[in-house]
Amino acid sequence: MTANRLAESLLALSQQEELADLPKDYLLSESEDEGDNDGERKHQKLLEAISSLDGKNRRKLAERSEASLKVSEFNVSSEGSGEKLVLADLLEPVKTSSSLATVKKQLSRVKSKKTVELPLNKEEIERARTPLEQEIFNLLHKNKQPVTDPLLTPVEKASLQAMSLEEAKMRRAELQRARALQSYYEAKARREKKIKSKKYHKVMKKGKAKKALKEFEQLRKVNPAAALEELEKIEKARMMERMSLKHQNSGKWAKSKAIMAKYDLEARQAMQEQLSKNKELTQKLQVASESEEEEGGTEDVEELLVPDVLNEVQMNADGPNPWMLRSCTSDTKEAATQEDPEQLPELEAHGVSESEGEERPVAEEEILLREFEERRSLRKRFELSQDAEPAGSQETKDSGSQEVLSELRVLSQKLKENHQSRKQKASSEGTIPQVQREEPAPEEEEPLLLQRPERVQTLEELEELGKEECFQNKELPRPVLEGQQSERTPNNRPDAPKEKKKKEQMIDLQNLLTTQSPSVKSLAVPTIEELEDEEERNQRQMIKEAFAGDDVIRDFLKEKREAVEASKPKDVDLTLPGWGEWGGVGLKPSAKKRRRFLIKAPEGPPRKDKNLPNVIINEKRNIHAAAHQVRVLPYPFTHHWQFERTIQTPIGSTWNTQRAFQKLTTPKVVTKPGHIINPIKAEDVGYRSSSRSDLSVIQRNPKRITTRHKKQLKKSSVD
Amino acid sequence: MKVKMLSRNPDNYVRETKLDLQRVPRNYDPTLHPFEVPREYVRALNATKLERVFAKPFLASLDGHRDGVNCLAKHPKNLATVLSGACDGEVRIWNLTQRNCIRTIQAHEGFVRGICTRFCGTSFFTVGDDKTVKQWKMDGPGYGDEEEPLHTILGKTVYTGIDHHWKEAVFATCGQQVDIWDEQRTNPVCSMTWGFDSISSVKFNPIETFLLGSCASDRNIVLYDMRQATPLKKVILDMRTNTICWNPMEAFIFTAANEDYNLYTFDMSALDTPVMVHMDHVSAVLDVDYSPTGKEFVSASFDKSIRIFPVDKSRSREVYHTKRMQHVICVKWTSDSKYIMCGSDEMNIRLWKANASEKLGVLTSREKAAKDYNQKLKEKFQHYPHIKRIARHRHLPKSIYSQIQEQRIMKEARRRKEVNRIKHSKPGSVPIVSEKKKHVVAVVK
Repeated sequence: MTANRLAESLLALSQQEELADLPKDYLLSESEDEGDNDGERKHQKLLEAISSLDGKNRRKLAERSEASLKVSEFNVSSEGSGEKLVLADLLEPVKTSSSLATVKKQLSRVKSKKTVELPLNKEEIERARTPLEQEIFNLLHKNKQPVTDPLLTPVEKASLQAMSLEEAKMRRAELQRARALQSYYEAKARREKKIKSKKYHKVMKKGKAKKALKEFEQLRKVNPAAALEELEKIEKARMMERMSLKHQNSGKWAKSKAIMAKYDLEARQAMQEQLSKNKELTQKLQVASESEEEEGGTEDVEELLVPDVLNEVQMNADGPNPWMLRSCTSDTKEAATQEDPEQLPELEAHGVSESEGEERPVAEEEILLREFEERRSLRKRFELSQDAEPAGSQETKDSGSQEVLSELRVLSQKLKENHQSRKQKASSEGTIPQVQREEPAPEEEEPLLLQRPERVQTLEELEELGKEECFQNKELPRPVLEGQQSERTPNNRPDAPKEKKKKEQMIDLQNLLTTQSPSVKSLAVPTIEELEDEEERNQRQMIKEAFAGDDVIRDFLKEKREAVEASKPKDVDLTLPGWGEWGGVGLKPSAKKRRRFLIKAPEGPPRKDKNLPNVIINEKRNIHAAAHQVRVLPYPFTHHWQFERTIQTPIGSTWNTQRAFQKLTTPKVVTKPGHIINPIKAEDVGYRSSSRSDLSVIQRNPKRITTRHKKQLKKSSVD
Repeated sequence: MKVKMLSRNPDNYVRETKLDLQRVPRNYDPTLHPFEVPREYVRALNATKLERVFAKPFLASLDGHRDGVNCLAKHPKNLATVLSGACDGEVRIWNLTQRNCIRTIQAHEGFVRGICTRFCGTSFFTVGDDKTVKQWKMDGPGYGDEEEPLHTILGKTVYTGIDHHWKEAVFATCGQQVDIWDEQRTNPVCSMTWGFDSISSVKFNPIETFLLGSCASDRNIVLYDMRQATPLKKVILDMRTNTICWNPMEAFIFTAANEDYNLYTFDMSALDTPVMVHMDHVSAVLDVDYSPTGKEFVSASFDKSIRIFPVDKSRSREVYHTKRMQHVICVKWTSDSKYIMCGSDEMNIRLWKANASEKLGVLTSREKAAKDYNQKLKEKFQHYPHIKRIARHRHLPKSIYSQIQEQRIMKEARRRKEVNRIKHSKPGSVPIVSEKKKHVVAVVK
């Protein structure tokens, strides 16, 4: 703020000076000039007033008349959008009145003359007389604020030019490329994950440990206080280990091994190994004279302690429950956000050459990416300079500690082996400078990749990548989300996208997409709608979070795929191994032979659900259900709906009133026990005597009785 | 302020009399009672299973005859009394409730060929191999009196069957010819012949009482009108008919038990095509009797089993057999339609339930309602394969079972041959004859 005010006063001062100079050379009177200025200002005010009349655009048109360091993200100035104020435009309404014609003429004359004077003016300005002035100038220069023309800073101008059409196209192309690269890396990671070789993983682990060690060393140098903290933690972890029964050869496995140990050398060795591990973990640390060693030691023991907090995070990240991990991840996210400004200056220092050393194979991609990143970084830096640390300091601290913890955890794991051999450690010392040099590079590049401050810095998350891969796979079939994601992560780097992906998945893709990123702001395009539907978005996010674990669509698709696969006719392989050639373990019949004896199954008829993405139609007859289904239309019925109707009408008392039930269930013929049923008589035809109350047979279904033979009903009793 | 009170009006819940139904408030909203079809299906299934569980049709065996039982007769007025004639000329009168023989008469020398009761139930007639027709009093003779027939008619030829008119004092016998007798006279009122062969049985129509039918060994069934001197018409079948039985509820319908294992239900006005061919027996059908309701009939067969057929179905709904029952010669359906009696070669008369799983004795109203409901459910879901299978399952003696298989194969072979013949001959030259028409050779008027 003070800077702003200073700049204002300075401007006023300079103007005055300028005006003071004017009378010497020009005929134009002071008052006129001032009047012109006045008119301009008034006109501007008028414009503002008019624009403020319709409420919608009020915010959009909020204008910044002067350069300021601090720009609220909510009040995006329209200045950048290219609507530059031209003096002629301002004068336009005046043009109609003829009285001002003379004024205009004069003005134009003044303008033409003035060009000569400008260098003088500049000199005057640059020459700071008072210490206050000097200070102000310094400040302005440092921030690259315009001293003379208050409209735009050079950076602003650059940003304006940054998004021309071609630029946008290029950027799009880059995004595409980056996306492709990302997918390559994902595939690679997946492949690596699938490797079953224990040796391979062991080697990988070792490599990781080495890296972690380096990182720790670096941390130690950068932040000794944190290292001290770690030391404490390590001590605590040691205590915990001493208390626990871990590595005490008391578990089930250990007991079984103990039995075998007598006979089996390997078992003995395994037991020994575990014991030594225990020893190592519970060993009291000697406060060594050399700080490096001490730290190394502390770290590896600390592994056991730190996990209490961090393991939880890790587990949550793995698990499908997004509620649990939300707080942690958001924390780290915040942390990452805060990290960015600090990292930026470093970015410039570490050039393209840095990361090349390690990642030879991906060099070309790297170069491509880096080009892109640089462009992005330019934009970003500008924006950051505007941001100027508005966020609270406590958050920064939070995130910092979080990050450190996670780093430590990983480190300590890796360092365990180191601790065993001091010698190795010594060697690691030698590499420290290298580590330091290399370390920051990947971290700094990350934010650029994602064009937003949020990023994953912790090694822990790096480590989790492998575990997360399955999650990524899950995401692949969802085209929409994928698209969003790739949009979000335009710049690609082998490691970064994975971290990002994991994060984003745990949080909300939808949400991520809609959040305003600072870079968008830099384009100075007003984004008001986004603010408006924020609540809605929140709601959506919440729902997404709640159901993050169960991916119904994916399950269904998988099920359908399986069903389709199962219904396909199978090929018949009639190859006889060992027939006409050598056979045995490990020998396979030749490909030619297999081809010859493979009977290709004919292509079945197209599935009925081929074009119905949301349906699985099982075309197989279910034999279990078949026993309970009528296959052929029964005799008296002529159409299936007749039969179905008879079946669908319930006759039980559960569904019918008592009377209806009775009516429905009366049998066609009722006979009474002990009553003789005499043959129907000719006399019965046509009439029935009502005097007979006792009916031995009651025929309910008169259909079968023709009028000729109505039956006679007569009573007779037994005995 | 309105205060809601509990109000109870006794009119809503108190019954007027003890016999009234209890008022049960019920909500019949179909949404409250979903899945009606599946639920009823399950009920039907359970009912079907229970029906099979409780199917114990055999009630009693009446033994006492010293030779195979050749003929049976019902008492027209008394459900508990049954008469039987054996191959040794002995007639026995049984009490079914006590399941014992109440009277034994040595009626004839040789077989008792036929026995019938008078419509009033006071006397009965027997014919035997000794060429006599004898009338007996239903009640036994007084103490010390000798067992004497009321009347004895000496004929010239052997009588093979006898039946009494349903209303008048007239009876008919058969042998070489059909004779119609007046009870009061020793000579037949009229004798009717059509061709020269022995006639095995004669039956009066219970409704159109002047009509009678007979079946002869020359494979024909002849219908007579008592008022005319000549027979009405005859139908010639593939094989000999052993006996016929008139439907007591439909005047023109009769069923013939044939030697070709089948039974044929004819409408006497259209004899060229039987209404229904009933086939399930695996041996000659010897006797048939209608249920008094006219809906079903029972047939006795040489294959040692009796079967119950619905009139309108070609397959039997039930088969009864026991290990000891030999060739069943005669069968009767009692007048209350609840029981079946059969007399067989091995000298026993057996009593069966007409409905194998029916509970005997008095049913409460709830039992009755449940029975009716179950019956209806079974009927409703009878076409469902699972239910059908359970309902149709019967254990059969091995002889019958293997016979069925064998005959199925034979039938299939015949059918195939026929199909082939039709296929390989000029179209139209081999007529396609339906199963019903196949067995009728000719109708003569």
